[in-house]
Amino acid sequence: MMLAWTIYISFAGALALLLLPQRFAAWSRVIALLLAVITFSIALVAFVEHRSGAMFTVVHRSWISSLGIGFDLRADGISLTLLLLTGAIGVCGILFSWNVEHRVREFFALYLLLIGAVYGVFLSYDLFLQFVFYEIVVIPKYFLIAIWGSTRREYAAMKLVLYSFIGSAMVLIGLIAAYVASGSRSLALGDLAGFAFTPHFQMWAFPLVFAGFAILAGMWPLHTWAPTGHVAAPTATSMLLAGVVMKLGAYGCLRVAMTLFPLGMGPWGFHFLGLGSWRDVFAVLAVIGILYGALVALVQRDFKFVIGYSSISHMGFILLGLMTLNQIGISGAVVQMVSHGILAGLMFAVVGRMVYARTHTRDLTALGRLHLSKALPFAAFTFVIAGMASMGLPGFSGFIAELMIVLGVWRAYPTLVIFVAIGLIAGVAYIWRAMQMAFFAGRDTEPAALEHPLEPITMPERIGAVLLIGASLVVGIFPQLFLNVIRPALESPLFSGLRQGGW
Amino acid sequence: MNWIVRNLWLIPMLPMVAAGIIAVTKRKGRMLAASLAIGSMSLSFLLSVWAFAHVVLLRNQGQIDLQVWNFRWFQFGNEWVSLGWILNPLTAVMVVMVTFVGLLIFIYSIGYMAHDENFTRFFGFLALFAAAMLGLIVANSLLLLFMCWEIVGLTSYLLIGFWYSNPRAAAASKKAFLTTRIGDLPFFLGIVWLYSKSGTLLFYNGGTGCLEPMSLEHLVAQRTTIGMCVATGIALLIFCGAVGKSGQFPLHVWLPDAMEGPTPVSALIHAATMVAAGVFLVARVYPLMSAHALVHGAVSTSAALQVVTWVGSITALFGALIAVAQYDIKRILAYSTISQLGYMMMGLGVGGVSVGMFHLITHAFFKSLLFLGAGSVIHGCSGEQDIRRMGGLGKLMPFTFATYAVGMLALCGFPLFFSGFWSKDEILHAAHVWDLSQIPFYMGAFAALLTAFYMARQMYYVFAGSTRLEVGEAHGDGANATAGMEHEHGPVPHESPAVMTVPLMTLAGCTLLLGFLGTPAWPWFQSFLEDTRLRVDFGAFAREGMFPVMISSSLIVFLGLGLGWWFYGREPVDAADAPDHLGRRVPAIFAVLGHAFYMDALYDKTFVRANIAFSRISTWLDRWVWNGAVQIVRYGTLAFAHMDSFIDNHVVNGAFDEGCEGVSRSGQILAKLQTGRVQSYLKVIGVALIVFTALLLWRANA
Repeated sequence: MMLAWTIYISFAGALALLLLPQRFAAWSRVIALLLAVITFSIALVAFVEHRSGAMFTVVHRSWISSLGIGFDLRADGISLTLLLLTGAIGVCGILFSWNVEHRVREFFALYLLLIGAVYGVFLSYDLFLQFVFYEIVVIPKYFLIAIWGSTRREYAAMKLVLYSFIGSAMVLIGLIAAYVASGSRSLALGDLAGFAFTPHFQMWAFPLVFAGFAILAGMWPLHTWAPTGHVAAPTATSMLLAGVVMKLGAYGCLRVAMTLFPLGMGPWGFHFLGLGSWRDVFAVLAVIGILYGALVALVQRDFKFVIGYSSISHMGFILLGLMTLNQIGISGAVVQMVSHGILAGLMFAVVGRMVYARTHTRDLTALGRLHLSKALPFAAFTFVIAGMASMGLPGFSGFIAELMIVLGVWRAYPTLVIFVAIGLIAGVAYIWRAMQMAFFAGRDTEPAALEHPLEPITMPERIGAVLLIGASLVVGIFPQLFLNVIRPALESPLFSGLRQGGW
Repeated sequence: MNWIVRNLWLIPMLPMVAAGIIAVTKRKGRMLAASLAIGSMSLSFLLSVWAFAHVVLLRNQGQIDLQVWNFRWFQFGNEWVSLGWILNPLTAVMVVMVTFVGLLIFIYSIGYMAHDENFTRFFGFLALFAAAMLGLIVANSLLLLFMCWEIVGLTSYLLIGFWYSNPRAAAASKKAFLTTRIGDLPFFLGIVWLYSKSGTLLFYNGGTGCLEPMSLEHLVAQRTTIGMCVATGIALLIFCGAVGKSGQFPLHVWLPDAMEGPTPVSALIHAATMVAAGVFLVARVYPLMSAHALVHGAVSTSAALQVVTWVGSITALFGALIAVAQYDIKRILAYSTISQLGYMMMGLGVGGVSVGMFHLITHAFFKSLLFLGAGSVIHGCSGEQDIRRMGGLGKLMPFTFATYAVGMLALCGFPLFFSGFWSKDEILHAAHVWDLSQIPFYMGAFAALLTAFYMARQMYYVFAGSTRLEVGEAHGDGANATAGMEHEHGPVPHESPAVMTVPLMTLAGCTLLLGFLGTPAWPWFQSFLEDTRLRVDFGAFAREGMFPVMISSSLIVFLGLGLGWWFYGREPVDAADAPDHLGRRVPAIFAVLGHAFYMDALYDKTFVRANIAFSRISTWLDRWVWNGAVQIVRYGTLAFAHMDSFIDNHVVNGAFDEGCEGVSRSGQILAKLQTGRVQSYLKVIGVALIVFTALLLWRANA
């Protein structure tokens, strides 16, 4: 069906761009934009068509039949929501990379490859296939950072790859163990989730697979790849990294780890440091991530690091939402995935493209001297909106997502709510500080002398910013659009194991 | 269901749409922006009047006058979170007040902001503010109310910092936002708590809303771990939000600083509407606030309302004391606002919704009148705000003087013809008959005396005597320097244009008339809000000590005005740098009051102290602890953040780097084995071959 074409078109586009003659290199961004818009439209049409949110098959062919591995693409409400996010961020990322001149064909080819692989992960129903796509994601990520990146780019790229592979290895071990233990000769998610693994087996497989995916979701203390990676990456890649690639991890946690091994979250039968289950452990790690990310963001000097650490904080909300194991918390986590995808994309776009690409500095004090609120009013405006949305101003997506997660946490872990609340306040503080220092500081001083006046904000940037702000508003005001399809997905048989243990 | 109930959302939506259009309007579209804002506000006003008439009609027909329109917003599992709007007397009164006062202030702003380069943006913010404020009023869901509440806070921040190139304005806006946010956090937790207990955030929903008896009984029946009933706990958390927003002690510190914003903003947001939102919130959730008493019956005032009363009366006295010794015309009014907000809270606590709300409505009119009058004075004096440099304006600005006098007398509570008299008197009377304590009554009465005194002082300073405005000095001192610099009229004070004086006179008219809606003899307002039978009854003056209270409060007002005359009227202030007449008598007390009890200084001093202590943490640890929990938390947080950052760089990252180093070292060792030189490979193969051959031969031999 149509949805599979999101993958095919992206991969074919990547290939076509590499084969494009040098003379037409300038066209590559137009082609990439066109293809991204097409894939986004496909995702949008699918989202609109499948209002029920129930699981449906996109493509199902046998592939390595001796091992029971199939080319099996299916989607339900949760994956549709994330596909839509991928499409939107994909389009905006291209709009914010309009200024790329260095090896432009390769840049957009790798970019399309990355998007295609992300689509693949969200669509795969066969776990082996999903794992293949999950690995493909790593490759363009590495080159995009190592070639087009800035600050310590080789280091950051290598770190990111290593962390990704450690996570993948953990996931792979868990999956193979599950495959062997079930003996079902199928790697389809539904078949494995339907198999009743022994509690003992789940007790070690769950933390392994969950942590493996959570590495990519930036779970403390395995988050350290994320800030350096975000900072070193070129704008579009930061947007994709924070916007959708981190969501791959969270999606894996929910979709694979939690559905396959629901009993792994059950109580150990004893308490260690007040923690009684893996669920408690991950919930506490998530809360630490929320606070830790927010606090570290509060003292950064580099503008992009502020946003990088804010991602850790916001991803903590997602993991915490998952660990509430009640419907509102998990729905909130999915909405937060969308919300953070949009807002992190927007923030990185402002910092990387609108500010850094013009001023060539990300030092907050140096930026303050440039009087950016006067020089780049649109950038200041966009960042203020993005910041307000990110600190949870009602009407934007962040508020509704965090509200749902807090409601869920109140039911599952009442004591943790206090820490989450402190995290929310810290969220106000670091956004505030960055906003004041970068855009509204330096009133008393004369503007620093510049060799060239800053070039004005271009049309693609404006369009991209308006699209993302609009998307955040839509999610914030009409969350039911997404919850309508998320709820049936969570009530499907796939999550029955979770439901029996939890909500 | 009536059309107006279903479409009540239009009232906030019209200004919202206007704000949206203004946001994309070019800076030059000044007239477009102003007419959009004013046009949308006029339409909202008409709709509000319609809604008001509808409620009055229902009331007269004896039907239920509480109508709600709810809709589902989002869903998880089988639970729906719903939003909705509500039309009842409380809503009706508030929307009419906000749209009417707002409309007048919008019109006034055309004149006041005429020379500002960001005129368009100003009207965009104002329209956004009006939308959020109206949304807050019509909301039938605590969640919707909170959402609008936050947007109101945001617009307040934006408007205080409107002249953000002025560092004091920028600092004030930040302070306002953060201080109110501190109150909002408990409010948010209260909302979450309420939701988890009652399963709904709708106020009224045909019997299942959270303010309806079924839910309230459920809330009162449960106890928290510290023995308080859940309803009280939630009510107190919600009240924290009101404390922040309504500038109640001890979170009042942001409100005087907020006067750095343009004067119409001070009038609209920081006097008439937004700061009253906290009072409105308490009135809206009044059934929850008084739930304990409702169910048990034995205790007349619930624990939550006692807290409201005490906080309110402390604030009322506190604000009035400070206002006595201020010199900035707007700061005097700001402290006066704090004091009056305290009165309203006290009225809610001791008397109920109608008592507090009546004062809220009358106050909205006379205080916005005073602020707009002050704006007219500042405008006329080219940006001067210090009352010591004014004087003699009575003759030069006759309209402003006359209307200001009306507002001032209403604020003082001058008997019979001024609305403030009736509303304040009602609060004092309710406090007088309160069964728990008489102290709030005495605090309120003393605050009333001070109110009359400081307003008399201000009048004499500003309007009496001869002008002390100095040529050339006016510009730098005024906080709204932008407005000041834009007016190139020269130093002579002048009357403001009609676009500014007409709203003043309209407000003055309302100030005179409104009081008669709530006199004890014909308490229309009270009966409207509380659904009691209305009749003309002059005998009411004689009941429950009403008459003595009225007489004594009148005497208090006369005494206050007399003292004001004694200190400032007898011998006019002749020089700008002459010491204050009261300050000369009691310099020590005057200084304390002038510095607002050093509250800001206290916060600053503790801040600085903590800073020093932190740098000497090893030796002065105990002193560090002494410096207040807030600073400890703040500094602890920052230190922790730095530590986190350090750990992240050196330990977490370091471990990773170390791991990589290890891998790469072992890789290097391995790499030595793979030099890539064919010769060395051949050498190894050759040696191996020899060894193997030798081995084979040896095995074969063996």
